[in-house]
Amino acid sequence: MRKRVIEFHNFSFKYHSQKNPTLKNIHLNIYEGEKVLIVGPSGSGKSTIGHCINGLIPFSYKGEMTGSLKVMGQETKELNIFALSKMVGTVLQDPDGQFIGLTVGEDIAFALENDCTPQKEMFEIVKDASKMVEMDDYLPASVHHLSGGQKQRVSLAGVMVDKVDILLFDEPLANLDPATGKYAMALIDKIQKETNTTVVIIEHRLEDVLYRHVDRIIVVNDGSIVADMSPDQLLTTNILEETNIREPLYIKAVKYAGCELTEDMHPADFNQFKADLCRKNLLEWFEDSNPKTPSKEGKTILELKNISFSYSSGHETIKDVSFSINKGEMVSIVGKNGAGKSTITKLICGFEKPSSGSILFNGKDITNETIKERSLKIGMVMQNPNHMISKHMIFDEVALGLKVRGVAEAEIKERVDNTLKICGLYPFRNWPISALSFGQKKRVTIASILVLEPEIIILDEPTAGQDFRHYTDIMEFLVQLNRQGVTIMMITHDMHLMLEYTERAIVFAEGRKIADDLAVNVLSDIDIIEQANLKETSLYNLALKTGIPEPRKFVERFIEYDREVRQVGSRDAILY
Amino acid sequence: MLSYIDRKSPVHQLTGVTKLICFILWSTAAMLTYDTRILLFLFLISILIFIISKIKLEEILFVLLFILVFLFINNVAIYVFSPQEGVKIYGSSHVLFEISGRYNVTLEQLFYQLNITLKYFTVIPAALLFIVTTHPSEFAASLNRIGVSYRISYAVSLALRYIPDVQRDFRNIARAQQARSLDMSRKEKLPKRIKNAASILAPLILSSLNKIDTISNAMELRGFGKNKKRTWYSARPFQKSDYFAIALFSILFIVTLIITFHDGSRFYNPF
Repeated sequence: MRKRVIEFHNFSFKYHSQKNPTLKNIHLNIYEGEKVLIVGPSGSGKSTIGHCINGLIPFSYKGEMTGSLKVMGQETKELNIFALSKMVGTVLQDPDGQFIGLTVGEDIAFALENDCTPQKEMFEIVKDASKMVEMDDYLPASVHHLSGGQKQRVSLAGVMVDKVDILLFDEPLANLDPATGKYAMALIDKIQKETNTTVVIIEHRLEDVLYRHVDRIIVVNDGSIVADMSPDQLLTTNILEETNIREPLYIKAVKYAGCELTEDMHPADFNQFKADLCRKNLLEWFEDSNPKTPSKEGKTILELKNISFSYSSGHETIKDVSFSINKGEMVSIVGKNGAGKSTITKLICGFEKPSSGSILFNGKDITNETIKERSLKIGMVMQNPNHMISKHMIFDEVALGLKVRGVAEAEIKERVDNTLKICGLYPFRNWPISALSFGQKKRVTIASILVLEPEIIILDEPTAGQDFRHYTDIMEFLVQLNRQGVTIMMITHDMHLMLEYTERAIVFAEGRKIADDLAVNVLSDIDIIEQANLKETSLYNLALKTGIPEPRKFVERFIEYDREVRQVGSRDAILY
Repeated sequence: MLSYIDRKSPVHQLTGVTKLICFILWSTAAMLTYDTRILLFLFLISILIFIISKIKLEEILFVLLFILVFLFINNVAIYVFSPQEGVKIYGSSHVLFEISGRYNVTLEQLFYQLNITLKYFTVIPAALLFIVTTHPSEFAASLNRIGVSYRISYAVSLALRYIPDVQRDFRNIARAQQARSLDMSRKEKLPKRIKNAASILAPLILSSLNKIDTISNAMELRGFGKNKKRTWYSARPFQKSDYFAIALFSILFIVTLIITFHDGSRFYNPF
């Protein structure tokens, strides 16, 4: 029999700060050498399971624990966090926050230093570990100058030096661009095969994880395990849909087409997937409809002309970028980590001054206007809501911008109440912000910008770290705003978001604009995909694989259909 | 502000431990002596070291000005509380002009306060230099090497390391708040500017606390604090120049002490 390395038996956990248990009577075994994926919506308890395995629970986060959890055959509550860290290596979600050392070498060596390893030995182990993650050329480099993917590899090497039995990844894809995410999954796979480590991945981007083989998927919902089966088996069920986890798009398309999935078709691995069996259904479904994409030609509201910019003299972060945004549009800005996407938005908002070029708003040059002056027209929602919230109560936070503008008290109340209603926050208006979830906080920040009635709203990664339900909530909310005439620009790594919600995408690579086209076209152009670290959509590949003519149209058809289905769904939800 | 400045200079090449030992010797010498000749000499040397280190004045100007303000306040306070200190020490009184009561201006008092100021000027550049020329990772290692507990050493070096991070967060938050019309530029009146600045502080503190939480979890998960001791990846072995520097500073230290104390008084009396 295979050795059990992690055993949850009738395990429950309740944080001291919470009223109800986060984990309820969990039974779960993970075996040596297995690669297991734990998925679940936000707040389902999947991260808590991770914390229990690496010992942050109960040693760092306190709470009530019942039942038993054994790691490598030992009860965790009888161990300490250090003993556990020798068995379980954790790669945390935030690649920046977890760096302790300043240089790559020093960070990788951190665990060794704490073990009092002599320096000479330490150099050798660090060298080996860095080789394994292909970072051996970067040992003296400062960790802050690395790209997102490199940072993650350094963190991985940092736990590998301990020769751990279990590697735990907490949302490894959260901050990576699509291509880097793919590479990360391949690397995890390679390391697992070379070292026969048990790998546990906690992630909600299911399709991206399934890029490489996974032995088992565990679905967590509301503190309980609702499924524990092979990926092939899981994809034939409706469990994912019921728990608000986004299925791989090609699976969804096949299901829409009415094709019955079976395990023998190997749906989890796109390359092995016997899609041919669904060809007939897909063709019928495709012909069944003729999608049309309404294209609205509006007046130009924002125009960037030959913008260049550099943070420090010499290296140009933005090189001669020009584009324009029409009134009422919803546009995606995509590209690899560090391509200059955020810098562009900073230039638009006046946070930075371009070294050359001009920015026009409604035909008027605003290049020399201050942040405050521009804020009357352009609103910016930052990625991290905690960077924006400064008041205790929701109402005050949303009212803040109006108050400093000296708007009359009665008008403030009216405008804030209206905005809160639009954002679905009205029932909570007298709540403290600290009681809100991350997604709700995000809405508060959107509301606090919206209340100022800007003509354009720019959002930096509006859906990062959100599960599928919150993702849909936020995006549908933005669509509504857009329909009311607000122009919306979004920076995103989420290819599906770009396909589904924005007609047009502007693509950046190395500080240059390399494409400005329909989202569908961008994602079917291999050249652009490679240059900008994007990822082709599996829908397109499905169409190619099954020989559907006009794969682009197929993608459009899917998006149209999917939106209709979901709108009907949400209407039903309101009815009941 | 107070972060490591990377340069290629003889000062940078010394190990952190050497710099720390030299700095301690240096500041002890400067603290003990009131001998103007020695202080002047040390002051000139500190300027020389500064030039050798290739650190530019404007890079530390902000902190320097900050300290100078304190120095000024200190000088005023000394005079207010003890206007006759110089007379007491040097045993004579050359009155320049009277103000009222015991408040007059004497050459002795001015000379005494000049010495105090000189002390600041010899110690502060050295302290700043030590901080900006010692790589933060080596900083912890060197504190630990001279006997400070490694937990405290690490805490100090982490704090120094996070200064640039906090500065960046501050800038981001400030701009986001400005984009909501919270003006902090000179266009706004001062009380309002202060009030607006406060609205940056709340998110800044929150995000810093979050950072601390993440980093302490990350450290614990990798075994920080397990043993009484730890080794250091970035500790550097002593070079010839290190021994030379320590020897030089020790000699300097001893010589200044001999000159200071040989006539039984820590003060040099020109009067």
